[in-house]
Amino acid sequence: MPVYSEKVMQHFMNPHNVGEIEDADGVGEIGNPVCGDMMTFYIKVKDNRIEDVKYKTFGCGAAIAVSSMVSDLVKGKTLEEALTVTPAAVAVELEGLPKNKMHCSNLGAQALHRAIKDYAIKNKIDIPGLTDKEEPEEDEHACET
Amino acid sequence: MDNVAASPLLPEVREAMLPYLGEVFGNPQSLHDWGDGAREAVEGAREQVAALIGGNPEEVIFTSSGTEANNMAVKGMARARADRGKHIIVSAIEHFSVLNSTRTLQKEGFEVSQAPVDSNGAVDPEEVIKLVRPDTVLVSVMHASGEVGTIQPIAEIAARLPKDGPLLHTDAVASAGNIPVDVKGLGVHALSLAGNQFNGPRGSAALWVRRGVRMLPLLDGGVQEGGRRPGTEDVPAIAGLGKAAEIAGRDLAGRMSKLSGLRDMLIGGVLGRIEHSILTGHPLKRLPGYASFCLRFIEGEATLMLLNSHGIAAASGSACTSRALKASHVLLAMGVNHELAQGSMLFTLGPDNDEEDVNYVLEKLPQVVERLRQMSPLYSRYLKEQKG
Repeated sequence: MPVYSEKVMQHFMNPHNVGEIEDADGVGEIGNPVCGDMMTFYIKVKDNRIEDVKYKTFGCGAAIAVSSMVSDLVKGKTLEEALTVTPAAVAVELEGLPKNKMHCSNLGAQALHRAIKDYAIKNKIDIPGLTDKEEPEEDEHACET
Repeated sequence: MDNVAASPLLPEVREAMLPYLGEVFGNPQSLHDWGDGAREAVEGAREQVAALIGGNPEEVIFTSSGTEANNMAVKGMARARADRGKHIIVSAIEHFSVLNSTRTLQKEGFEVSQAPVDSNGAVDPEEVIKLVRPDTVLVSVMHASGEVGTIQPIAEIAARLPKDGPLLHTDAVASAGNIPVDVKGLGVHALSLAGNQFNGPRGSAALWVRRGVRMLPLLDGGVQEGGRRPGTEDVPAIAGLGKAAEIAGRDLAGRMSKLSGLRDMLIGGVLGRIEHSILTGHPLKRLPGYASFCLRFIEGEATLMLLNSHGIAAASGSACTSRALKASHVLLAMGVNHELAQGSMLFTLGPDNDEEDVNYVLEKLPQVVERLRQMSPLYSRYLKEQKG
């Protein structure tokens, strides 16, 4: 199935960090099954660093590979660093995504940002880069129903 | 197990085609020996195709694809009757070559009504008849669904249409060569079929049009196919279609019983071994090789990719699988919700498949489904809800 890059295939066939964190410090969810892709990210934060990250993903090969890549990119990073991970950066790390999957399936970074936001709200802290990075209006995005 | 997408060319069909890719290169329209050989091939194939569907050879028009045959029938017949009326009826689950043809006709002032299907994907003849108006000139309902395999009651629709009323076309691309198809028994005026659905070559298809039925051509050109489909004939494809039709007709009973057996084994196995799986399409009135399902909590493309890694080819109607990122209009018309449609799976068996293949799928598919469910937030949510 040569639609995807080798990197996408590697992450799809052997996704890293799949799972849930029972006592997560932050949870972020994005997408919906109607569109075909849905991701839930869980983070464990210690000393302002993402000590652990896990996720569950419903969706196509790209969505699963994106989730895996995001988890790799942010594990061990500070929250500020994690917030600099963008969907575009994820696509680059994956050696590209098919054009029609860029929008629908590349939601991992946003799901993670939501998890960080959840953490910030719960702990009443302000993280630079979070407030000015408001959610794009992707949520019930242009998937045609 | 994706024979609907591409069925392997039978060796006998390939043999029948080879001379026309080699020494017999003539043009059927030429008046010399080289042309004679090509002409004989085309006319022989016309007889073979006609025999498969119980029609007359002169009623068979060769086309390049089932899509072209459907376009020709729907647009050509509607346009030829536009002076009588401009209303067309199709079912909601027609192939895009029919549905989008009606869209084009709408731009030309035609009105189009869509007959609904039930949850099995079956058209109720009564629903079609209810839509008939004095200005209805054409009804087009597929003979069998290429997506869920449901066989439609075409003969019942034909019997109940008013005499001298609308013409009836059926898209038999998924059914011809796979189940008995008889144009007289069905009572239709036109029927589309395609060779690649019964181990013939791609690029080989035909439209059968009952003698006396008027139809405008899509292309303007010369005298080929009685002027209804001008353009130099694709002699190798036509010869291959003829041979494939002959073999399909000859082997039909044996092939049907074999494929039905494998299909039922696959359906029973999947429903028995995989929780939260449902059969899509009619449980009994379905094409022999078609086993189609919706598998809850997972998405079709990811499932196909993992199956592919095990050497299993299948298809899905999920939004992610389609380039347009839209879930199957067939499943949605059947009342399947978007979420469930994402997990649709279609296995189409062919003569090369055997019990070993089915057992292999029944071994691997549950593993693939389990693996994806383990990472599905929908599944974990469901499990939590179950717990309380």
